[in-house]
Amino acid sequence: MPDYSWPPMNDRRVIGKRISRLDGGAKASGRAKYASDFYRKDLLFGMLLTSPHAHAKVVSINLDDAKRLKGVTAVRAIAAPGDEIQWEGAEIAAVAATSEEIARDAIRKIKVEYQILPHLVKEEDLSKAGPRAKAAGEQVTGDPDKAFQDADAVTVEGFYAIPVLTHCCLESHGNVVEWKQDGLNLWPSTQNVSGIGGDLATSLKYPAGKIKVEMDHIGGGFGSKFAADRWGVETAYLSQMSGGRPVKLMLERRDELMIAGNRPSAFAKIKVAAKKDGTITAWQSESWATGGIGGGGSPPLPYVFTEIPNKRMSHSAVATNTGGVRAWRAPNHPQASYLTCSALEDLAAELKMDPVDLFLKNLEVTARADTYRAQLAKASELIEWKKNWHPRGQGDAGPVKRGLGLAIHTWGGGGHTSQCRTVINPDGSVQVEIGSQDVGSGTRTVITQVAAETLGLPMGAVQLKIGNNSLPPSGPSGGSTTVGGVSSSTRKSSVNALNKLLETVAAVMGVQPEQLKAIDGRIQMKDNPAKSMTWQAACAKLGTNKISEMGANDQRKPEGLNSSGVGGIQMADVSVDSETGIVKMNRFVAVQDIGLVVNPKLADSQVHGAVIMGICGALMEERVMDEYTGRMLNPDMEFYKLAGIGDIGEIISHLDITPEHDKRGVVGLGEPPAIGVVAAIANAVANAIGVRVSHVPLTPMRVLAALEGRNA
Amino acid sequence: MIVVKSPNPPTKKGRVSRRGFIRGVGIGSTALGVGALEKTALAEPVAIPKTMGPEAVPVTLKINGQPVNVTVEPRVTLLDAMRNQIGLTGAKRVCDRGTCGACTVIIDGKVNYSCTILTIDAQGRDIQTIEGLAPAGKLHPVSAAFVSQDGQQCGYCTPGFVMAAKGFLDHNPNPTYEQVQHGLGGNLCRCGTYVGVRKAVLEAAKEMKGARHA
Repeated sequence: MPDYSWPPMNDRRVIGKRISRLDGGAKASGRAKYASDFYRKDLLFGMLLTSPHAHAKVVSINLDDAKRLKGVTAVRAIAAPGDEIQWEGAEIAAVAATSEEIARDAIRKIKVEYQILPHLVKEEDLSKAGPRAKAAGEQVTGDPDKAFQDADAVTVEGFYAIPVLTHCCLESHGNVVEWKQDGLNLWPSTQNVSGIGGDLATSLKYPAGKIKVEMDHIGGGFGSKFAADRWGVETAYLSQMSGGRPVKLMLERRDELMIAGNRPSAFAKIKVAAKKDGTITAWQSESWATGGIGGGGSPPLPYVFTEIPNKRMSHSAVATNTGGVRAWRAPNHPQASYLTCSALEDLAAELKMDPVDLFLKNLEVTARADTYRAQLAKASELIEWKKNWHPRGQGDAGPVKRGLGLAIHTWGGGGHTSQCRTVINPDGSVQVEIGSQDVGSGTRTVITQVAAETLGLPMGAVQLKIGNNSLPPSGPSGGSTTVGGVSSSTRKSSVNALNKLLETVAAVMGVQPEQLKAIDGRIQMKDNPAKSMTWQAACAKLGTNKISEMGANDQRKPEGLNSSGVGGIQMADVSVDSETGIVKMNRFVAVQDIGLVVNPKLADSQVHGAVIMGICGALMEERVMDEYTGRMLNPDMEFYKLAGIGDIGEIISHLDITPEHDKRGVVGLGEPPAIGVVAAIANAVANAIGVRVSHVPLTPMRVLAALEGRNA
Repeated sequence: MIVVKSPNPPTKKGRVSRRGFIRGVGIGSTALGVGALEKTALAEPVAIPKTMGPEAVPVTLKINGQPVNVTVEPRVTLLDAMRNQIGLTGAKRVCDRGTCGACTVIIDGKVNYSCTILTIDAQGRDIQTIEGLAPAGKLHPVSAAFVSQDGQQCGYCTPGFVMAAKGFLDHNPNPTYEQVQHGLGGNLCRCGTYVGVRKAVLEAAKEMKGARHA
């Protein structure tokens, strides 16, 4: 059994180094190609007609005028008369044409009659949801009623709301499909290079083996780009109907925001009881959420503090006539963290206790008390909690109020199932082949680092091939499992390939393979560095036979190379203008344990990005639905607001890089630091202004309303 | 204090009169303008539009110093002409409504959103795109700084950010941290790369001193 274990921390030459992302130059010079950049003289442009109604029955569809338009190569009805449309933006028809302008004209010429049906698009008022709200069974632990009635208990009750967000990928969902006689070429924007071809094949009832998938770069996914999707299937048919010419269909921005994925909302009435020393004795939550017509799952409540002795939880899923939910960077955790940490901060305020002390007091009911204890200390130090914190509402006397808030989170990680091939050629060149994708997290760089480290070569000596479904299959980039998966499979294939090379070299040198190692571009004796040969010379001994070795990571058996389960503490420092209601970010501290860090530079970027996404959610981002028309009021980037460069303040990322964490192997990072941000900021605002703003995002209007005691 | 050079006078060679309307809207909505861009835009008299189209018309553009012939309908934006007909795909179409800056190009020395400019209005003007920043195999110092400071993740907003940063630094070679935050406020990123972008713009400013790039 070969030794695949990671080299000791102090011996690493490439892993653990702050190496710049390998595709950075291509991206920063505009040369990186995305599916949406596909450009060929015979390219056709596809477009969707989508429903303007939230709930309607299709009465008739007339494609005739669209078909007659010059330049139109294909028109297809997606919906059929009698079909019930369940959300605005649902796909009705599709066209392909020789130019985007003609495609747009053709869409306008399709005539659709609808019979409009009653809709529900807003879920905040559960009493209006009627039969659309489906209650899951109540979960009870211990005796919550008795605990709440305890005469010594301090009890707080609150209502907290976090809305639906949309992924708003900058590169909208879509693809290019070329369906020729002998096969189908797919150029998608996907988080799932190895799997998306099979998904499309199933929908088309077409042999998966005849679908070639290629993707160099993807313009954002965040959990919403795994499947071939309805529009992918339609693009294929449009190509087929257009004589096999390639068709590009990327969603229009409004459709991207309405139908290409969203994160469920969460509303909750929460009651918590504690002893006077802060020990939490009881939790009760009544929550509801929507993720579209399918309802919305329950966030895991109470979050992190799972072992509170007495609990009662109930949840209702509200089916609304809105676009469907998709995985969104740590599904359900940001909502759970926000709901739980808000209630606990309110409890701390009631107890006149520092919330850090409240968290410390109750760590024994979490799964990783020691980690959180150390992280609370570190985060407090970085944000100067002791110096800057004040009891709720007792800060600055002037109109601008500063406040601090904290949040806690947990995530899995681990490594997805992944296969990798390492090829060593007689000329010394090396190829690493893996059917993965770099969603912007730096996967290319990480894979190359692992191979270079293992083979004792510089980064530039490793040629990496990803983004193609003819390569060894690797899992989709979801659940923060990519870095664990690809680093483990790459490590194994590279160890296996190196061992083959060492066998050849050992025979030539008259030693045993186990006596040799690869380091600094040489193969040398472990106990006698003087006895060595260059990598080139060693590879030349292969004669005409290249080495090609596989390595695989099994998600269920990581063999110590990767693992799952992390914790994090986040703290926000904000200033709130009590006259304008504007919340300004001063500083944000994110303390995160992530096991073995392959590239701290890219890891820091992941943390920064996650925090900034959280700032958007805390202060500005929100899907706004119109109760009367059933339509989304802000399906654009003017009013679906994202933070700009001046809105984020200082962000301090602290990665817990320690031997203790390192020995757990690689753990994913994409999601965990995105979880607690909204909670920490909402708590900081409550601390600053002295009252809880019940709804996020914390817009000026809501902050002012809360200050005036008009909390919704 | 922001200093902006006077724009090049509009050439009379263009086949079509420029439409002050869309250009005014486009520049006015550019947060990057910091006031200075609006000034020059509003100071120009609005030319009387000549009827064009609706059929496609031949247009000659000057992109990265080279003449480019293209036949477009008058309704086609410069961004769509570049991406769909000319094959210059560095500028990205994201919001398509002058909000996000992913389509940023530099026209007559000024930063512009190419989704808010009609192709026919771009005639006779000096258009610089990300493709023209540096020859193949080389990186412009602004691009290089985005790499070294990791001011990018998925990279889809990055070409727009690089062009906005280039245009900003051309007019503000020694920016403060606060000026960078204000000057790059017209571009949006979803991955959250602003921490790296801030550092990258300051690094690029340092790198470009003494070696001004076109």
